[in-house]
Amino acid sequence: MTEGEPDVSSTYSDQSIQPRRRIQNAPVPVPAPRPQVAGDPVQRATVFDIRDMSVTYGTKRALDATTLKIYRNLVTAVIGPSGCGKSTFIRSLNRMNDSIPGFQIGGQVLYHGHDVYARATNRVEVRRRIGMVFQKPNPFPKSIYDNVAWAPRNLGMKHDLDARVERALRGAALWNEVKDRLRASALSLSGGQQQRLCIARAIAVEPDVLLLDEPASALDPVATASIEDLMHDLKHRYTIVIVTHNMQQAARVADRTAFFSLDTSGPERVGTLVEYDDTDVIFGRPADTRTRDYVTGRFG
Amino acid sequence: MTSTAHSSDRLGYDPTAPLTPSGNLRRRLVVSRIAQGGAVLAAILAVAALAVVTYDVIQQGASALSLGFLIHDPPQFGGAGGGIRSDILGTAMIVVLGALMATPIGILIAIYLTEFASPRSRLGNALRLGLDLMQGVPSIVVGIFVLGLIVDVQHKDSGFAGSVALAIIMLPLIARSTQEVLRLVPTALRDASDALGVERWRAILTVILPTAVGGILTGSILAIARAAGETAPLLVADSTFGPHLTFNWFGPMPNIPVSILTASEALNPAAYARAWGAALVLLAGILLANVGARLLLARSRRRITG
Repeated sequence: MTEGEPDVSSTYSDQSIQPRRRIQNAPVPVPAPRPQVAGDPVQRATVFDIRDMSVTYGTKRALDATTLKIYRNLVTAVIGPSGCGKSTFIRSLNRMNDSIPGFQIGGQVLYHGHDVYARATNRVEVRRRIGMVFQKPNPFPKSIYDNVAWAPRNLGMKHDLDARVERALRGAALWNEVKDRLRASALSLSGGQQQRLCIARAIAVEPDVLLLDEPASALDPVATASIEDLMHDLKHRYTIVIVTHNMQQAARVADRTAFFSLDTSGPERVGTLVEYDDTDVIFGRPADTRTRDYVTGRFG
Repeated sequence: MTSTAHSSDRLGYDPTAPLTPSGNLRRRLVVSRIAQGGAVLAAILAVAALAVVTYDVIQQGASALSLGFLIHDPPQFGGAGGGIRSDILGTAMIVVLGALMATPIGILIAIYLTEFASPRSRLGNALRLGLDLMQGVPSIVVGIFVLGLIVDVQHKDSGFAGSVALAIIMLPLIARSTQEVLRLVPTALRDASDALGVERWRAILTVILPTAVGGILTGSILAIARAAGETAPLLVADSTFGPHLTFNWFGPMPNIPVSILTASEALNPAAYARAWGAALVLLAGILLANVGARLLLARSRRRITG
């Protein structure tokens, strides 16, 4: 397991940021600036501290013990070939795998220091703070407005719903395109617009983290570019983890990149974290030859 | 030609030969034609049976049919004239009460099976098996069961007992068809609502059921229409020879299927004609419900698939 320990002073990062209360509409308080440690360009808080997380489905091992930290207000990309456990990894962060029969997880996933898989943890509450956008746009068969307003309504955030919907749609760079037809069906939008609507729907409840599972793989290049632009804006407010099989996309949008691969040394093929570092290191001077082969396109 | 000879050595056939059937393809084409013809013939036979039944009922029943037939009660002591108003109203009341009992329970069972029971859950599997068995229970057995459960306690046949019997017949049909429709709702919608941190029951009420409502209604209408024509349980639980409508659920209530039976067995030609007329009314009602339900289903499919 290779993990480039980044520019972080772990002394404050784990405890200082408390998880947000259930219904809190005010913006997240920004922690007071800390004195910078010499040599550390930026202080970053840890959002996820993943320790030896391994996943099996029934008897099939999907992901080998994985240890890494995901930092606040960064875009972290997860890249790797098909079947390497990228999706398993990201879906384990907000317990979306729980409904898969035979799913078992080992190790620990600590979110702001709290175990995501602890007995006392409620997975609905987990997902309320850790939102997710999927590969295929999946708007509800409702109007554009109702898509965005649905989760706030159901979570009791009914105060000034119109403003909240507008804010979310602006946040997803969709407002100007749909402001005159909020009552139109979401299914009448193009694929790229639908995906931005799904992002708007996710940020309407003001989550702490956004997980994006190949959000642009079903989209054309123009729509992809608009999603990528969006990510640069969103990371100022949210912590973003994005799975992508498009390496250029990772290079363009991500601050940190994790490269997963299939470990074929044993009898089974198990997804393994090969290397995790700053994006320019992964793409410029990776430490592992497997990473180098993959990012230079030499991987089979 | 040398290149052709070379290719056929490598491939085992001559790639430059005309593109007409070769080898055993000719035989396979014949087999395929026969199988296809058999399937088409079977389909035609099935539709033909329906057509013959419908034609016969229309031909025999049309002469009895008139506005008066629908709005007059049967003659009190047999004889000519009269209509089947009380039978129509009785059947409607029995079927509506049965549907009110079976539909909510059936839909809730389906919601439990598709949304909450994991595929490996024992209770879920037991329920699925139970529904399948329930669908296979002969309707006369349902009738006898209700006879023992309600009629023997009450000491008389009743429309209520008939409703319970029909509800038992509808229940597995409604649960099964609702399950099928709920399965059509894309998993992506459930994922989307899960990922927003909203509890599943809210997603069921505000996303999944509204998406599937057309299909659920369709399945329920088909099940209700199917039960509306059941005779055996009504014969046991609600057979009545008093022709006038009682508005009391707990007394014997006239209904179309039993009237068809008694009228067709009467020696009186007028009653016999009335039986055909009643059959036509019942058939028309059920066919109309079917067609309406299917139109509804087509609309809801479009809605689900976008």
